[in-house]
Amino acid sequence: MDLIYHSANVLLGTFKDVLPIIGVILFFQLVVIRKKIDSPGRLVYGFFLVVIGLIIFMIGLEKGLFPLGEAMSRQLTTPLFLSNGDSALLEEIEKTGNVYPSLYFWTYIFGFFIGFSTTIAEPALIAVAMKAEEVSIGAISSWGLRLTVALGVAIGIALGCHRIVTGTPLHWYIIAGYLIVICQTYFAPRMIIPLAYDSGGVTTSTVTVPLVAALGIGLASSVPGRSVIVDAFGLIAFASLFPIITVLGYAIIAEWIAKRGRKVKLKKV
Amino acid sequence: MISFLLNLVKNLFSVFLNILPILVVVTSFQLFVIKQPFPDLASTISGLFFVLIGLFLFIQGLEIGLFPLGEKMAFQFSAKGNIWWLLIFGFAIGFSTTIAEPALIAIAKKAGEIAAEANAIPHTSESIASYAFWLRVTVAFSVGAAISVGVFRIVKGWPIHWFIIIGYIFIISLTAFAPKEIVGIAYDSGGVTTSTITVPLVAALGVGLATAIRGRSPIVDGFGLIAFASLTPMFFVMLYGIIIY
Repeated sequence: MDLIYHSANVLLGTFKDVLPIIGVILFFQLVVIRKKIDSPGRLVYGFFLVVIGLIIFMIGLEKGLFPLGEAMSRQLTTPLFLSNGDSALLEEIEKTGNVYPSLYFWTYIFGFFIGFSTTIAEPALIAVAMKAEEVSIGAISSWGLRLTVALGVAIGIALGCHRIVTGTPLHWYIIAGYLIVICQTYFAPRMIIPLAYDSGGVTTSTVTVPLVAALGIGLASSVPGRSVIVDAFGLIAFASLFPIITVLGYAIIAEWIAKRGRKVKLKKV
Repeated sequence: MISFLLNLVKNLFSVFLNILPILVVVTSFQLFVIKQPFPDLASTISGLFFVLIGLFLFIQGLEIGLFPLGEKMAFQFSAKGNIWWLLIFGFAIGFSTTIAEPALIAIAKKAGEIAAEANAIPHTSESIASYAFWLRVTVAFSVGAAISVGVFRIVKGWPIHWFIIIGYIFIISLTAFAPKEIVGIAYDSGGVTTSTITVPLVAALGVGLATAIRGRSPIVDGFGLIAFASLTPMFFVMLYGIIIY
């Protein structure tokens, strides 16, 4: 029963998502372009596979992964877990509500790894990485790009969790991050820049957002003095900023190594 | 028949690699850090099976349908030679896919409640709903405009970093003026606007355009549309917040 309800919900959500796209494409195809597309049946079949695939994917997430991820985020931030069997500490936490930022160690680690692993499974990123590998004729590897982006999300989420615990204002981090991106842009090879900027927007969709939001809400409601609204939001902003930094950084380092290698070779000759 | 099955197994395995990290992380944290058995192991396993099959179909469909669709439309538009229709198409794709985006609806509603709590708007359900609705229109408009401008950039071949850097500078300076409650929402709205079906379509459209127009490189000029679409909402949401408060 639960599964049917969930499936119906996902189905409705996805159709709402897809209908406008179909409408716009049909309008422009029939009214503006007015040209026949070759093998339209194949395109429709492919579009259908994408939509059905996404629906099954979402049902699987909502059934298996999201409840588990939420339960884990909750458990990792309970006083019982944080005190780690130290009854005096547990009493102090429960009485005063004060938790040292370092006690959330496992939450940061969890944030790091859950950010990394959900980004690897993110369908939109898979699509962009496939396209990038195809277009660059293999110069950019799909897995290489995805691992770099995932590392960025991981760092972003871990740091974002730490920010929620310490309560530093969000905008300082964002402003600092943007300044880093601007500096990196100056040094980065031109080819990677648009892709790096794109990867920021791509990372946070179907898989990452719900899990990360659950982590943020769990954390913000367990740390005294945090507002769930102001602090739980913002994790996603971190997750879209840091991949830009890691992708640009990786490209700069890779180019530097390649240049050095060339120089060494020239010297030998 | 055997080679077909072998191919299928190979494909499924390569899709499985995508969800393997989640499997490892969740299992090791549950068993070694939280030290508890899985609350509902059957649901988790069947859920992951669904995820695997869904991702497999999605990736198949990308190659067969969504990528070629985006590219073919890009070629047809450039063959038509009318840039205005292309810009309108970009705007329509951006606006229409964003206005109904579930994540945006959720964020807009929350933003309305925050605004009511801060006494920026009257504390009635109508004014909250209208606040949320116009916020959604604002974001959808900004995404449409972003795709449009991004398409124009591809056609002209202008370097992307000037757009992005100037955009960031605007956002940073707006942050100083925007009400504190709206800042987090504004930053988040940038990430949630581009849905999983829009992204491949828009990526294929950009790459297709850069391929079709002479003198453009698909890798240097083709990407960047999604970056535009996640940048402008932050700007417009903060602007909206400043005007309303």
